[in-house]
Amino acid sequence: MTTAAELLAGIPELAGVEPVTRVTIPARLEYTYSPGSAQTRFLTALPDKRLLAERCPRCTRVYVPPRGACPTCGIAATEQLELPHTGTVTTFCIVNIAAKGLDVEVPYCYAYVLLDGANVGLHARIGDTPYADVRIGQRVEAVWNEQRLGPSLASISHFRPTGEPDADPESYRRWM
Amino acid sequence: MSKQPVAVVGVGQTRHVAARQDVSIAGLVREAAVRALEDAELGWSDIDAVVIGKAPDFFEGVMMPELYLAEALGAVGKPMLRVHTAGSVGGSTALVASNLVAAGVHGTVLTVAFEKQSESNAMWGLSLPIPFQQPLTAGAGGFFAPHVRAYMRRTGAPDTVGSLVAFKDRRNALKNPYAHLHEHDLTLEKVQSSPMLWDPIRYSETCPSSDGACALVLTGERGAARAPRPPAWVHGGAMRSEPTIFAGKDYVSPQAGRDCAADVYRQAGVTDPRGQIDAVEMYVPFSWYEPMWLENLGFADEGEGWKLVEAGVTEMDGDLPVNPSGGVLSSNPIGASGMIRFAEAALQVRGLAGEHQIHGARRALGHAYGGGAQFFSMWLVGSERPDH
Repeated sequence: MTTAAELLAGIPELAGVEPVTRVTIPARLEYTYSPGSAQTRFLTALPDKRLLAERCPRCTRVYVPPRGACPTCGIAATEQLELPHTGTVTTFCIVNIAAKGLDVEVPYCYAYVLLDGANVGLHARIGDTPYADVRIGQRVEAVWNEQRLGPSLASISHFRPTGEPDADPESYRRWM
Repeated sequence: MSKQPVAVVGVGQTRHVAARQDVSIAGLVREAAVRALEDAELGWSDIDAVVIGKAPDFFEGVMMPELYLAEALGAVGKPMLRVHTAGSVGGSTALVASNLVAAGVHGTVLTVAFEKQSESNAMWGLSLPIPFQQPLTAGAGGFFAPHVRAYMRRTGAPDTVGSLVAFKDRRNALKNPYAHLHEHDLTLEKVQSSPMLWDPIRYSETCPSSDGACALVLTGERGAARAPRPPAWVHGGAMRSEPTIFAGKDYVSPQAGRDCAADVYRQAGVTDPRGQIDAVEMYVPFSWYEPMWLENLGFADEGEGWKLVEAGVTEMDGDLPVNPSGGVLSSNPIGASGMIRFAEAALQVRGLAGEHQIHGARRALGHAYGGGAQFFSMWLVGSERPDH
């Protein structure tokens, strides 16, 4: 591997010139995201602390947030249902390093919470408990962000343990 | 319609490092391409088409970098294709090139993959808010750590298994002059006491961030007959995809990975992968993925992958060496990492892997995965022409 200075050394006009090895050009991204009708229903229910889901008419699996279509059957999911605010931790990690642009303080516990009646996990933070106590199978409930209730998943601040006994592994094994 | 046999006659890669400040992206890819041509003893005029791949453009912030790489890769006046399938892209790029030769569309194809991570922020690029979920994913490690925990829970694997893989791959890398990390002083104890980044994944169980490129020259039977060094023959190759999120998705052992491996083995006539494959270059960016993929690829029964690791089966001198090159854990120019797996598999069956050569390797598997464990690409290469 040749250094930049060595490369320039062969060009008399550039003798002694400090090589330019890096130019920083900032870039910025803003998305305009169209949620569609299924997610519009979901998002507009969040300020009322309601969790709307959808069931696929063929495979009967329940999606939250709803998509409008089943990703495996490829057909419209028309049946609406409302889910409770309780669920089970199916897996998790403790994040100790901050990602640029993520508005979350480290360390935090990032978990998959399978809401009761759902077949996909919701990505959520677990709080109000020592992270060493968080475990797969733990029963949790949503804590709403009273100051930021709005049409966004940020309406849910985090989930906290309910204190119930852990869920039967058979109840979530297929939906981890 | 019968396929033409495809041979790998040229392999080139850069010395992977944290920051290549002496070259632009164009200089980086050209370096790998020139080395592949030199290995094949071919010139630019011998190449009929160029297929290039890399991970998401926003890593480096250069939109469609292939636009300005055409001349650096000798593609002027020739067809040039760009491939993208997230982390598996290096593998799928090689497969697109291979398929062009197999179909008889082009005689000799140059394929190149790269990443210049020093000019990018991949962790940021991978942490952008996505629809359907709260933005909590801190880079690839943050995404995959919960699935590693699920594997540990499901199999009862002791929590030391990840450190055994990391230590093995870093020691293997000492034999590979192209590997980014050459950690001569690393000990198993140091791996096990390195900081927890995304509990249960530690710093030393995580891939580095590298600048690097890899290139292959692929050709048919006539090209192989003229090649100065032994070719590697493609015995099977496949890609599979599945959604990032769906009810019933098995993140620990995705269906798409199992199906992809089964397709490759069927094409290659492999019925007993553990017995018939001599070396594996597996995409393991976090050490726990070695036991997970051992099961997904059919080398171990479900729940048994970690036992092969513990028993030393995947060591350089084990009966199924995995990542003799040091793997992704020792070099990770993301877009190139899949192609490096494919290239290292080819080097093994050509007998040209140098100090990390597995003696007598006749069949080797190259494997890559990407996205939310949803894109898979693999090829199986052999020292003998297929059907011989």
